[in-house]
Amino acid sequence: MGETVIRAVDGVCLEVRAGEFIALLGSSGSGKSSVLNLVAGLDRPTSGSVVVQDRDLAKLSREELAKYRLHVVGMVFQSFNLIASMTLAENVELPLRFAEVDRSQRSNLAREALERVGLRARMDHRPSELSGGEQQRAALARALINRPQLLLADEPTGNLDSHTGTEIMEMVRQFNRELGMTVVMVTHERALAERYAQRMIFLADGKLIDDRVNTPTGIDSREHGGQS
Amino acid sequence: MKIPDLTELALRNLRESLLRNSLTTIGISVGVASLVAMLSLGIGLQQLASRRLVKSGLFDTVVVTSHRDMRTMGRERDEDRGASNPGESRALDEPARVEIEHLPNVVEAYPDIRFSAELRYEDKPHLTMISALPESAKSNDAFEGMPGSFFSSDTAPEVILQKTFAEELLGKTPPRGGEEPNVADLAKPLLGQELTIHYAQRAASPPPSSPPSTDAANSSDSNLAGAAYSVVSREQKVKIVGIADLDPESMRGPTRARVFLPLKLAESLHVMQLTDLREISRAANDPPVYSSISVRVKNPAQIQVVEDAIKKMGFGTFSILDATRSLRQFFAVLDLFLGIFGSLALAVASIGIVNTLVMAILERRREIGIMKAIGASDGDVKKLFFAEAGAMGILGGIVGVALGWSIGQVINLGTNVYLKRQSLPPEHFWAVPWWLVAAAIGFAFVVSLVSGLYPAGRAARLDPVQALRYE
Repeated sequence: MGETVIRAVDGVCLEVRAGEFIALLGSSGSGKSSVLNLVAGLDRPTSGSVVVQDRDLAKLSREELAKYRLHVVGMVFQSFNLIASMTLAENVELPLRFAEVDRSQRSNLAREALERVGLRARMDHRPSELSGGEQQRAALARALINRPQLLLADEPTGNLDSHTGTEIMEMVRQFNRELGMTVVMVTHERALAERYAQRMIFLADGKLIDDRVNTPTGIDSREHGGQS
Repeated sequence: MKIPDLTELALRNLRESLLRNSLTTIGISVGVASLVAMLSLGIGLQQLASRRLVKSGLFDTVVVTSHRDMRTMGRERDEDRGASNPGESRALDEPARVEIEHLPNVVEAYPDIRFSAELRYEDKPHLTMISALPESAKSNDAFEGMPGSFFSSDTAPEVILQKTFAEELLGKTPPRGGEEPNVADLAKPLLGQELTIHYAQRAASPPPSSPPSTDAANSSDSNLAGAAYSVVSREQKVKIVGIADLDPESMRGPTRARVFLPLKLAESLHVMQLTDLREISRAANDPPVYSSISVRVKNPAQIQVVEDAIKKMGFGTFSILDATRSLRQFFAVLDLFLGIFGSLALAVASIGIVNTLVMAILERRREIGIMKAIGASDGDVKKLFFAEAGAMGILGGIVGVALGWSIGQVINLGTNVYLKRQSLPPEHFWAVPWWLVAAAIGFAFVVSLVSGLYPAGRAARLDPVQALRYE
């Protein structure tokens, strides 16, 4: 407490290739979320560097970091983080407002993105009127709207039951494959990581303890069969 | 973010916590209303006062005299100095009058004609001072409500009598301390009656080489040979059209006459005037020279400018400028005080804005965090809070102006009811000019933006990681 310096991330050296799907694993407090925030440009390292597409995020101004988050990164969160007072369509097009995209183009893009996650019919609903899975799908649509190269997911299935969680993960994998998006996912569920990630990074006490290649097993056949 | 987007989002956010934002906006409205009410009272009173002054004719008039006259009144030293400056010794004649009339801000410039003459009424002679009135005097308070009417034209052979002179004509001079006769009672036997004015006309004696028909007053013939004029006794019949209950002391210009003639008629009489005695040496065939000219200015505020311009032309001027200056000073101070009192409420309201927005930040921490996470810059967040503050300011300003205006109307109405009970005429001492409406709304907007400065900065600096931490 107080004066003690806590190093949430300490000496982590990690390289992610474009188009990869990696999972950051660890128990809570291991520093996995902090790594994600650094990559997302929400946080800045006190020392060291975070290089994304030849840009060192540690050296960008606040303004440039905002631009980076806007155009390069898409984020989904455990608690969805949709704005409660806005409809789905408005939530999804919000990043376009910050990007100063024209109104007519904005609503087209929002409709397309919601179509992609199967929520076209729900676009005028507010988040509170939707199930958790639907909310997370809307959040995915919002993350995609600016066509980012990097999708960062912080425990995306943490608040969902396993069936809807699978649904969301399938979508994420689809984006990874079809759109060539690099995916960095934070999770504490090892099983989930094994099913989808090509690489698994294990963190503990802010330090990288293991980095192993994984062959994604895909949808757990037992669970999949059981649900359908 | 673009401005329409910003406005849309701001209004949406204001609607989200409708009660709180409405209360804050009402706070601003009350502040603006008090400001508008105070200032419009100040402006209204000022307008009322200057309307009165303009009507009295004392404060919008500059009396112009020629320096030449001054010198003949014993300023020989001035003459020595002035001789080297031809501009100073300029005559106050018709071209000068026209020139003065064409100065900016001048409504009219007319010669002051006054002379003493004998008036005969029912064959009894009365000696008095007669003065000429321009048509514009019609709007003077003293002539507006008097029994009878103003001159039917500027050349009509008509007179308006001052009340005391009317008393004199009727032989009704009141005993000292006795009850003053009513103007209407005086008017009844006199209106429509005829008077004869006996006066001295200044006529040209025909110079040896000129045709005798040359009219001295209108001729521009500058034949100076044998210049001289004679004084001829003339008479003019006039009809009494009005009795004015005015204090001769308060009349426009230095005139203290008791009988008034239309200006053009008086001019056409070519009456021998007081100055003429001093102008004995002047050639008769010269165009007429006026003893003084009254210059009416559009607005008492412009008197100084006009006076300076006339002085530059080489004439002397006189006005009751100092009185208007202190009056304007008084109203400036009054407006300042009223404005300060009015602004106090707005200052309190602005604290309300700060409070509301700081509350909004606490409530919307997560929302701000989300916006930042998906790419909103510090500036976007700042602008959004500014827009919310500004929207409250403008809305509050509009409602406040309406409220202030209504308060003014109610107070005006109430005061007029009171005035009526005191059997005084109603007054309009409440004025909400358009610039005040615009300024009040603009001021509310600026005040609210300033209030938004701190909350907006605080919202912009919010750390998204902190704000998004799972609760």
